[in-house]
Amino acid sequence: MNENRVAIIGIGMTKFGELWDYSYRDLITEAGIKAITDAGIEGEDIQELYVGSMSPGLFAGQEHIGALVADYSGLSGIPATRVEAACASGGLALRQAFLSIKSGRNDIVVAGGVEKMTDVPTGAAMMALMGAGDEQWEAFQGITFPALYALMARRHMKEYGTTLEQISEVSVKNHYNAQFNEYAQFRFEVSLEEVMDSPPVAEPLRLLHCSPITDGSAVVILASEKKARELKDEPIWISASALATDSLALHDRKSLSRMDSVILAAKKAYKQAGIEIKDIDFLEVHDCFSIAEILAIEGLGFCKLGEGGILTEEGQTKIDGDIPVNPSGGLKGKGHPVGTTGISQAVEATLQLRGEAGKRQVKDAEIGLIQNVGGSGATCVIHILSRG
Amino acid sequence: MPVGIVGYGAYIPRYRIKVEEIASVWGSDGERIKRGLLVKEKSVHAIDEDTATISVECARNAVDHSGINPEEIGAIYVGSESHPYIVKPTATIVAAAIEATPELTAADYEFACKAGTAAIQTVMGLVESKRIRYGMAIGADTSQGKPGDALEYTASAGGAAFIIGDEDLIAEIHDTYSYTTDTPDFWRREGQEFPSHGSRFTGAPAYFKHVVSAAKGIMERNDMKPEDFKYVVFHQPNGKYPLNAAKTLGFRKEQLKTGLLTPWIGNTYSGATLLGLCAILDEANSGDKILVSSYGSGAGSDAFIIEVTEENEKRRNKKPVSDYIKKKEYINYSIYSKFKGKIKGVGLER
Amino acid sequence: MVKGLASYWRLIPQRYNLIGTRCKNCGEKFFPPRKLCPKCRRAGEIEKFKFSGNGEIYSYTIIHTAPEGFEFQRPYVMAIIKLDEGPWVTSQIVDCKPEDVEIGKKVRMVFRKIIAGGKEGTIRYGYKFKLVD
Repeated sequence: MNENRVAIIGIGMTKFGELWDYSYRDLITEAGIKAITDAGIEGEDIQELYVGSMSPGLFAGQEHIGALVADYSGLSGIPATRVEAACASGGLALRQAFLSIKSGRNDIVVAGGVEKMTDVPTGAAMMALMGAGDEQWEAFQGITFPALYALMARRHMKEYGTTLEQISEVSVKNHYNAQFNEYAQFRFEVSLEEVMDSPPVAEPLRLLHCSPITDGSAVVILASEKKARELKDEPIWISASALATDSLALHDRKSLSRMDSVILAAKKAYKQAGIEIKDIDFLEVHDCFSIAEILAIEGLGFCKLGEGGILTEEGQTKIDGDIPVNPSGGLKGKGHPVGTTGISQAVEATLQLRGEAGKRQVKDAEIGLIQNVGGSGATCVIHILSRG
Repeated sequence: MPVGIVGYGAYIPRYRIKVEEIASVWGSDGERIKRGLLVKEKSVHAIDEDTATISVECARNAVDHSGINPEEIGAIYVGSESHPYIVKPTATIVAAAIEATPELTAADYEFACKAGTAAIQTVMGLVESKRIRYGMAIGADTSQGKPGDALEYTASAGGAAFIIGDEDLIAEIHDTYSYTTDTPDFWRREGQEFPSHGSRFTGAPAYFKHVVSAAKGIMERNDMKPEDFKYVVFHQPNGKYPLNAAKTLGFRKEQLKTGLLTPWIGNTYSGATLLGLCAILDEANSGDKILVSSYGSGAGSDAFIIEVTEENEKRRNKKPVSDYIKKKEYINYSIYSKFKGKIKGVGLER
Repeated sequence: MVKGLASYWRLIPQRYNLIGTRCKNCGEKFFPPRKLCPKCRRAGEIEKFKFSGNGEIYSYTIIHTAPEGFEFQRPYVMAIIKLDEGPWVTSQIVDCKPEDVEIGKKVRMVFRKIIAGGKEGTIRYGYKFKLVD
């Protein structure tokens, strides 16, 4: 493994929410300008860009995103690539940008994520999202994404005795944290009763177990060690980037109560970073549905399989707990513009490591792990970020 | 070589709506209607069922019952007045679903409620002329009842499939005789959602004339009398008409009882006579003779003289009609309207 | 709407009759069918295999927020069914009340309408399952 270290030198994101006045192009431009300003670089310094966006084609009839983003960033001419791995498109873009610098080929590369989901009615948005699953054997049959995660939740409850209350505590915590996040879509608390009584979506999951439909964009600027040290006193380092896949359809997995792609990617990430689980100070994980956060912390090894509910219930994953999870509010509180999420996790992790997370700051944050998942677990991308 | 029935299969959907439930919507006296029609309730298909799905279920049951290799089926005809498409046959959907494709002929039939028996006659001819080894005839419907009309109490859903051949018969078809005229008792023009009918005209000059004439004609031709038959089954638009036809011809209630299903499931139109025949075959024994006289508006009746062989007792159908009649769930008029697409904008469409 | 006409037609044997595949080399059965055995890869020998349609419920959910075209069936049961021969399949469970569904209950395949392409498009049929009693 070569020693070309990769750093994050700039971050920027838009607010997340139903942003009626913002177009797709407006979103990426705003996030990009913030990131470049934060990095202290000029546009000409950017050598390459990677964009994660899941479904602009279905949401807006727009493909060819790489060229579009380069164009509207005033950077026409540079190599620009759009990557897609459903809801892990952002994490994948981060990984591609990371590899581009790690290879020694480039010094400054942009990784962005952008998704505009509200230009189509909710039903059409839900149909577009089913593209993250198996079109022929899942979507055709009339299943939805909440239903896929509900199938996993029910097995988790049967095999481990996880309760709906434990699953609901994830939503309560993430809403609580999101209050302190100026970018978040939902900045209000919810009680356990409100979560458990919210309208059923796909039993046992209810409305307040499900992340919303969101518009938003986030951008990070990556740099080689040489460039990073020129520009920043304390760059934030990416010490691992791991990607693992599993079967596309949920019915082709080996188990419905764990995510093998997470387990695999985590192993690779810890090895790359040369760290152990106990070294990690906080996590930003992919809670597209509350059960997914439980599957994440189990898959990442922060507790035994089946004990994620207990860990949550005991308050260990709160900002002041043993292992803070989703201090940003997660996908549930912050919002989930699908292709953007992976990059926004990197933005949050960077803020935490810089000590700039305000009221949601994790104490003494030195190392953070971000986990981004595509579909029902067919892709998992993990990055480990650290100070020093 | 005698031609006859190699296997048969029935299908009746699960849902039922009671006559008094329908009557309460229109301000009519449910009890009076029940007594007048001799019908208690009717079968209703689920929102994701149609004549094709019903035909497939009874075709699969027939193939299972017969034990034959479906690739040996040389012809499939599906008779219905509620085919899912006006252009594109139901028969090919059935053929693919029972894996009889590609070496067979197929087509859809329409002759109101007798399309299924017409299909039986057709495949009989193909088998007897040795053009095919086995032929399948299906009568199935998800009949649409016009809201508030008398026929709404009885228009129901169901079907039956028969495999006809000349080997391993559970019943031989000794003869078939039809009585056909141009009689406008009940019809539906292209583009119209519901059929129209001639109300009292549908009785004596239509149903009774044809059902009785066909039954009389076939008995005369074969020198037989009502007492020679163990069972008789007529087309059954309600529970009363077949009783009157039986009386006119000199049949007793006991002979009619087994094959009369309308009181419990309504009138399954193209499936009606055939389902009655299935119910009879479910219990009939070697040597029992059955007289069948179907009826289709427009108008015509197909009569059959059928004699059960000893094979039938050896190969009882594992999915008898009584099982389908027993398995039921009641619904109210709103759900009924939703299932039958009577509410604008409701359908399984995107 | 004629989108997906050929892709639907191509899968009729699967949708109507659960025609999957089997690797002669390792014996693994696949539904939906695979042309490449993930275990044996090029060493595998793939042949057609028809599933019986019998299985049991492995997990299920009751859908209240439905995708377009399925809204009139709400609430409906979607399940992952473990076919007797091994593979899991995703499908609706019909002809029962949602509360009658339980993990472990036996089911068998039935032939139903899945969706139609609007009022003018073709009707897409496929497999669903019902409880065996």
